[in-house]
Amino acid sequence: MAFLNNLISGISLGSVYAIIALGYTMVYGIAKMLNFAHGDVIMVGAYVSFCTTSYLDLPPLLSIVLAVLVCTALGVVIERLAYKPLREAASLAVLITAIGVSYFLQNAALLLWTANPKSFTSVVGNGSISLFDGGLIVSHITLATVAACIVIMVALTLFTSKTKMGTAMRAVSEDKGAAQLMGINVNTTISVTFAIGSALAAVAGVLLCSAYPLLVPTTGSMPGIKAFTAAVFGGIGSIPGALVGGLMLGIIEIMSRAYISMQLSDAIVFAVLIVVLLVKPDGLLGKRRNEKV
Amino acid sequence: MKKLFSADRRDYILSFGIVIAAFAIVQAMILTGNITSSLKGQLVPICAYIVMAVSLNLTVGVLGELSLGHAGFMSVGAFTGIVVTTVLADAVPLAPLRLALAIAVGGLFAGVAGVIVGVPVLRLKGDYLAIVTLAFGQIIMNIVNVLYIGLDENGLHFSLLEQKFELAEGGKMVINGPIGVSGVSKLSTFTAGFVLVLVTLFLILNLMHSRTGRAVMSVRDNAIAAESIGISITRYKLLAFVVSAVFAGMAGALYAMNYSTVTAAKFDFNTSILVLVFVVLGGLGNIWGSVIAAALLTVLPELLRAVNDYRMLLYAILLIVMMLFNNSKLKERLLARGRKEVE
Repeated sequence: MAFLNNLISGISLGSVYAIIALGYTMVYGIAKMLNFAHGDVIMVGAYVSFCTTSYLDLPPLLSIVLAVLVCTALGVVIERLAYKPLREAASLAVLITAIGVSYFLQNAALLLWTANPKSFTSVVGNGSISLFDGGLIVSHITLATVAACIVIMVALTLFTSKTKMGTAMRAVSEDKGAAQLMGINVNTTISVTFAIGSALAAVAGVLLCSAYPLLVPTTGSMPGIKAFTAAVFGGIGSIPGALVGGLMLGIIEIMSRAYISMQLSDAIVFAVLIVVLLVKPDGLLGKRRNEKV
Repeated sequence: MKKLFSADRRDYILSFGIVIAAFAIVQAMILTGNITSSLKGQLVPICAYIVMAVSLNLTVGVLGELSLGHAGFMSVGAFTGIVVTTVLADAVPLAPLRLALAIAVGGLFAGVAGVIVGVPVLRLKGDYLAIVTLAFGQIIMNIVNVLYIGLDENGLHFSLLEQKFELAEGGKMVINGPIGVSGVSKLSTFTAGFVLVLVTLFLILNLMHSRTGRAVMSVRDNAIAAESIGISITRYKLLAFVVSAVFAGMAGALYAMNYSTVTAAKFDFNTSILVLVFVVLGGLGNIWGSVIAAALLTVLPELLRAVNDYRMLLYAILLIVMMLFNNSKLKERLLARGRKEVE
């Protein structure tokens, strides 16, 4: 039973990683950049939700909607101001700019909300369902997280395969130049991608802080790195890859915490990543690209 | 008529001259007391960061592979260095010699770590390579965080996860898990740091201008073409990576012995990123650029102390603006105008 309990918390944590990883993977697939500020958008989303529920007494659902709106706007603004001028620049220049944005968000949050940890109240309450005479306990937030992850995955898959915008996204990620020749507005497509990614980050932030309720300006950075790892794990640029990578990472992390060592769990997660990448250098579900002379 | 010095050589000597002059000026400032104590405290870290930036530039700029875990090697060098100075505390009473030994052994161990990390990592490409260096950096940090090393009359004791050994009478802990190291003898001096910077610059610049350095650059520019003329890609990639790790380890040893307490968390992902920022802002492959960027950006937050609360925010904005300016049309136009005026 303990194993099953651990597996469930692993899936719950993995679902959050998967939602964050989706943002990384979509932006990477289309703009070919590592958006290091993504983790900090999560933090902003969590703070917005925290403020609206604690200070304005708004209902949790409305606070999530507000967090999503703020983060979407933030994502688009960041893209316009910081990344768009660097569209043609070397990828490293964009990476450093993203790091700059990440520092900016963290320090702005530090000024706005101070370094004191805020205790986040779960958006679905602290209830739980107990099964098998209390042998198996599933908290509401776990259910909500897994449900949100499934809904988001299905919606995104439908969006990218069925809608015109989704098709445009896939086209841009395949070949930017050719997509432009076919009349696709590349800039709009990239902006929409950032908007979606940041909206997902807001949802992930609220879910993450509902499960682990300590909120500080650096809350987003470690989950951000882990989710980025998850995206690479599953094959960066691939949406199902982000799900698989996120879930695997969450489960491995919780299992190694429970059965091997609390302090070494991060090391184990990253060691597994290295082994996977050595066996499959493009991630679990990544596309193999052959190099031509 | 043959010139006494080629233009390259003249630049080279001039650059070293500027570094030495900078050192002399700072020394003069210290002697006359014209330096704030916070800036004085930054002198050794500046030297360590310069060495870090120059060594990372070898991987990122010269070899062309993005590394996000350079602080891991710094950590290996730092903690090995501390163990070495503690063990040799009685055997080698002369502080500068002990520091030199610690730096050398720290570099050696970091080099070994570089081989261990480099062999698997360098089989990958691009962003996948970057993420694996990040992963190794995290793993190194995690392991050092649960490392316990004690010293007594029977020699060194090691254990992982928890302290599994008993120390004899008069023994002491060298590395104490997450608490890290405390009570390090502060051996690092500005002069020692400066010597390390000079040695690093001399060796790395010479390496870059040697046959080996050109081979490394050819791997960066076109791996397939390089391979077709008989350059072993794996060998030169590994060579550059390991040399880079060795210097990072030396910088780590220097850095650690400037503080009385050191924890594993000091060498985290953010430190790797910080050094990467120096390298990119200084210019990829441009060693002198790394030196200047590392020195300026380490001092910058100190200079911004006047606006205390906002200094890191300003730092972030400056970073973004500098990157945007570096890649903007405005810069090209200004450069073009500058050139015209010179003509």
